[in-house]
Amino acid sequence: MALRTFATRKTLGLASTFHQQLRGLQTFTLPDLPYDYGALEPAISGDIMKLHHQKHHQTYITNYNKALEQLDDAIAKGDASTAVKLQSAIKFNGGGHVNHSIFWKNLTPTKEGGGEPPHGSLGWAIDQSYGSLEKLIAKMNAEGAAVQGSGWVWLAVDKELKRLVVETTANQDPLVTKGPSLVPLIGIDVWEHAYYLQYKNVRPDYLKNIWKVINWKYASEIYEKECP
Amino acid sequence: MASVTTISSHLTSAFISTPEFCRLSQSLNCSQTQRRSTRKSIPGKISASVDLKPPPYELNALEPHMSKETLEYHWGKHHRGYVNNLNKQIEGTELDEMSLESIISASYNKGDILPAFNNAAQVWNHEFFWESMKPGGGGKPSGELLELINRDFGSFEGLIHEFKLAATTQFGSGWAWLAYKEHKLDIPNARNPRPSEQDKKLVVVKSPNAINPLVWEYHPLLTLDVWEHAYYLDFENRRTDYISTFLNKLVSWETVSSRLEAAKVLVAEREREMEEIDAIDDMDTMEPEDADMYFGSDADDFPEDEE
Repeated sequence: MALRTFATRKTLGLASTFHQQLRGLQTFTLPDLPYDYGALEPAISGDIMKLHHQKHHQTYITNYNKALEQLDDAIAKGDASTAVKLQSAIKFNGGGHVNHSIFWKNLTPTKEGGGEPPHGSLGWAIDQSYGSLEKLIAKMNAEGAAVQGSGWVWLAVDKELKRLVVETTANQDPLVTKGPSLVPLIGIDVWEHAYYLQYKNVRPDYLKNIWKVINWKYASEIYEKECP
Repeated sequence: MASVTTISSHLTSAFISTPEFCRLSQSLNCSQTQRRSTRKSIPGKISASVDLKPPPYELNALEPHMSKETLEYHWGKHHRGYVNNLNKQIEGTELDEMSLESIISASYNKGDILPAFNNAAQVWNHEFFWESMKPGGGGKPSGELLELINRDFGSFEGLIHEFKLAATTQFGSGWAWLAYKEHKLDIPNARNPRPSEQDKKLVVVKSPNAINPLVWEYHPLLTLDVWEHAYYLDFENRRTDYISTFLNKLVSWETVSSRLEAAKVLVAEREREMEEIDAIDDMDTMEPEDADMYFGSDADDFPEDEE
């Protein structure tokens, strides 16, 4: 495949409809990536980043907004059955939006610090809990590879227990479904769309390589906020 | 390319070897066919492992609707991976001697799923998927299959609509199915005590990850893989286009028809077995015609109450 350069940042805001804003319903728009689509190569190809952002994440947002409108309607009418029926669409699509918004911030180009190990309190906490960063990475890769079907693997901090946790979620379930006090630090998308065009069926290679573009600075900021 | 057994005999021998069927037939002394009919044996060595069955066509035969590259990865890597991993998992265990369908049933474990299930079910699902397609597929079904489709979905278009909906709305990884369902009762593990022709119908269902309708005791007739790996190389995120292409250009309605035939034969056989079992049960619990048998020939021997 010819190497394509992506010269400009992709801005694809979707304006909320005037109608929705009149009703006071908060709807969502696709957040910009803080880097070009091709900037994470060779760990993640520009083709994947573009599709992942412009198609997959955008679709979650579109469907989430639609579900929210319908839910708003159902609540206003007191239609409990419809309100309950919409929960799965909200979980799928809202979860997809939440998770991917975190994911874009979890990644950064190598020349902007991607892959650089965490220093400060997060680095120390990782060594305390897992022995070393390498051991944490090995654990997350093993759990990420073992996810059957679609899902995510997370490094999280339990904000009540002040403890690091490695967790997996299925489909687009947000991390809080595994524990209300879990705050995501790093999430890695292991849906096939996240890696297939480049790594095909070899998910372990994707997991091995993604660490070169993981934004530990961002993870440290979140950690320090929860565990000052 | 290995020769492929016909779909109906594969299904028949496979179903007869399930534990459920054999338990039902115990009173009639059925001999269990434990091995899959397509299992190859090396002379001098008993091979109990599951085979990687190739599709009934060349890997490029579904072009341009499903690319050779997709088949090379989907069959050559994914399906092969499930086979290899399953064989590693079952080696030396009691599952090693069982047919694939029996492994699925045992490892499904009534919903408390055991490790071998994912691989076993995915092996079965992928075999079933390759056989659901053919070069130059598409078109419309005919004969009894079409009659049942019209009866249960209103029209062929009605079926297509429902199938597309199931395939589109299966969130995450999974499969869409057309299946033949024989029980009226929708509660798992509940058996309809008085099955009738009206209870048997075609249904469209969807399932997540490796789950398939065998675990619900339906008879699968057609499947479409909607895991992203099935369509991403050819269609990227456009699952809807993939589904349409499958229905318009790839589906083998002849295969679906012969699977339906085989399912009806099995259902009829099983009903006959159940009737015979019920008849035996009835004999055991029948009241004696003459109640006096228990009370002697002279009822006066046992006065009801003392005054």
